[in-house]
Amino acid sequence: MSIEVRGVSKSFGKFAALRDVNLKVAPGELVALLGPSGSGKTTLLRIIAGLEFADDAGGGPVAPAGAPRVGFVFQHYALFRHMTVFENIAFGLRVRPKATRPSDAKIRERVLELLRLIQLDSLAGRYPSQLSGGQRQRVALARALAIEPEVLLLDEPFGALDAKVRQGLRRWLRKLHDEIHMTTILVTHDQDEALEVADRIVVMNQGRIEQVGTPEEVFHRPANEFVMDFLGSVNLFHARAEGGQERRVFVRPHDMEIGHQAQSDSSVRAVVKRIHAAGPMVKVELESEIGETLQVEMPHERYGVLGLKVGADVYVSPRESKVFFEDYSI
Amino acid sequence: MKWRVLLVGLTVLFLSLFLLVPLAAILVEALRKGAGAYVRALLDPDAMVAIRLTLLCASIAVVASVIFGICAAWAVTRFRFPGKSLLLTFIDLPFAVSPVVAGLLMVLVFGGQGWLGPLHLGVLFATPGIILATIFVSFPFVARELIPLMQEQGTEEEEAALLLGASGWQTFVRITLPKIKWGLLYGVILANARAMGEFGAVSVVSGHIRGRTNTIPLHVEILYNEYNFVAAFAVASLLALLALATLGAKALLEWKLRRDAEAAQREAGA
Repeated sequence: MSIEVRGVSKSFGKFAALRDVNLKVAPGELVALLGPSGSGKTTLLRIIAGLEFADDAGGGPVAPAGAPRVGFVFQHYALFRHMTVFENIAFGLRVRPKATRPSDAKIRERVLELLRLIQLDSLAGRYPSQLSGGQRQRVALARALAIEPEVLLLDEPFGALDAKVRQGLRRWLRKLHDEIHMTTILVTHDQDEALEVADRIVVMNQGRIEQVGTPEEVFHRPANEFVMDFLGSVNLFHARAEGGQERRVFVRPHDMEIGHQAQSDSSVRAVVKRIHAAGPMVKVELESEIGETLQVEMPHERYGVLGLKVGADVYVSPRESKVFFEDYSI
Repeated sequence: MKWRVLLVGLTVLFLSLFLLVPLAAILVEALRKGAGAYVRALLDPDAMVAIRLTLLCASIAVVASVIFGICAAWAVTRFRFPGKSLLLTFIDLPFAVSPVVAGLLMVLVFGGQGWLGPLHLGVLFATPGIILATIFVSFPFVARELIPLMQEQGTEEEEAALLLGASGWQTFVRITLPKIKWGLLYGVILANARAMGEFGAVSVVSGHIRGRTNTIPLHVEILYNEYNFVAAFAVASLLALLALATLGAKALLEWKLRRDAEAAQREAGA
C-alpha cells in the first residue's frame, strides 16, 4: 500500500515541528526519514501512524485515506512488561472482535511462525525484562508483524542498541524487507543506517524536507549544504570566485589528495596534526596555512607510499568539490 | 558509634512511648474484665450498627476514591490542558483542610440554613452525610499514588496496544491496569485506613445519634465519655487491629513495589 502525505504542518506550542511537508511512498518501498533530533522526522512518522494529528490549518488531510493497519516499532520497544514474549506477539490477534478473531490454535500457529522468523522460538515463555535489547526489538517487530500490517513504521528501532547488534539487525531488517516487500518507513538519525538499508532517503531538517533521493543520489549529489554536511564529514574552503564573490567549497575527506608537491592551483599547504591508522581507511587531520582544520581519508597503500609523519609539511588538493549556489529569485 | 546508639535508642524510645505503649494499653484495658466483657461490648447492638456503618462508608469512599483517582491520574498524565497545575492543587485540598472544616462546609451546604437546606435532602445527621464526609477526606489517596506512577511509566505501551488494534477499554484493562495495580492497591489501603478512622468531619455531620449515625470512632468517644472504659477500649481495639493489618499490608506492598522497581532498573541497565 502506498502512503501519501500532503501539506502537513504541526506545531507544539510555539515550536514548529513540521512545516508544509509533502511525501509519497510507493508500495513495497523502504524509505528512511533521516535528520538530526528536532528535525520533525519522528513527528511525521507519528502522524502517519495516527498517534499525532496534523494541524489542519496547514493543508489537506493526511493520506492514506481510511485507517490502514499499521505496524509500529518504538525506539524503546514498548513491550508489554507483564506479558510473556508469546503473549506480546499474540496481543494484536487476541484483541480482535470475536467475529474476526482467529481461533486459539490459529493464533498459536501464527505466533510460533513469527518466533521462528525472529529466531527466538526457545524464548516464548520469557518476560521482556529477561531479554537483551536486540532480542526485545526483534520481539517488538514480530508483535507489529503479527497483525499483518499494510505499512510498517519504525521509530529509531536500533537507536538504543550497541554498534554490533545494530549492524546485525540492520542487515536482518533489509533481508526481511526483501522477502515480504512491505511498505516501510524507518526513522533514523544515523546516516550509515539510512544509506545501508533504505531504497530512498528523505533528509529532514527543522521541520522541512531538504532532499529526497536514493542513497547514491543524496550522498553523491546532495541538494544543499545541509545534506552534504549531514551525510558524512566534509571540508569547507572559502574560495574567491571571479568578481570577488566568496564561495563556500565542500570536499569530502576521501576526495582529497595529499602529496609532497603542489599538484594544481587549488593545492593548499598544510601540516599533518594527527593520524588515525586503525580502521579500513587512514584518517589524517591537517592544519592549513590559514589555520583551517582539514580531514583527509586515504587507503592504507597510499598512506604507506607517502610515509606521512605528524608534523610533516605537505600539499592537499581536492579531487572533487561541490559549490552550492543560493536560489536567487529575480 | 556513640551517635548510632544514641539515635537508634532515641527513635526506639519515642516509638515505644507514643505507639507501642498506647497500643498495648488499649488491649490491656479492653480485656480488663475478661474476654466475655470484650465480646459483649462488640456484640452490643449499638456497636454493631457503628461497625456496619463504618464498613459501608469506607467501602463506598474507597470505590469513589478509586474511580476518581484513575480518572484524575489519567487526565493529568495523558492530556495537556489549561489549569492542570490548579487541578493538582485542588486534589491536595482534603489533605490541607482540617476535617472539622470539611464537616462544617457540609453543614453550610446541606444544613437547615444552608444553600441546599430548603430542599430537605436528608443528608445531614444521616448516613448520606457521613458517606459524603468520608469521601471528602479520603478521595485524594489513590490519585496521589497513581499520578507519579503513571507519569513515570509513560504512554508507549498504551500507544502500542492501540496501534495493534485494541480498543480504549481493552487497552485500559489489559495494559494500564496491570501496570498500575500495585500502586492502586497501595492507594486503596491508605484511603481505607483514612476512611475508617475519620473522626472530625464525620463528627460534625453525623449528629451522634446512637444506633443510627455513629461510626466506630464516634461510638468509642461516646462510650468513653460515659466512663464505660472496657467497652470503649474493646471497640477501639477493632480500629487498632485494622491499623495493624493496614500497616502489614502496606509493608508487604512496599516490599513488592521495591522489588518491581529494582527489576525495572536492571532492565533499564541491561
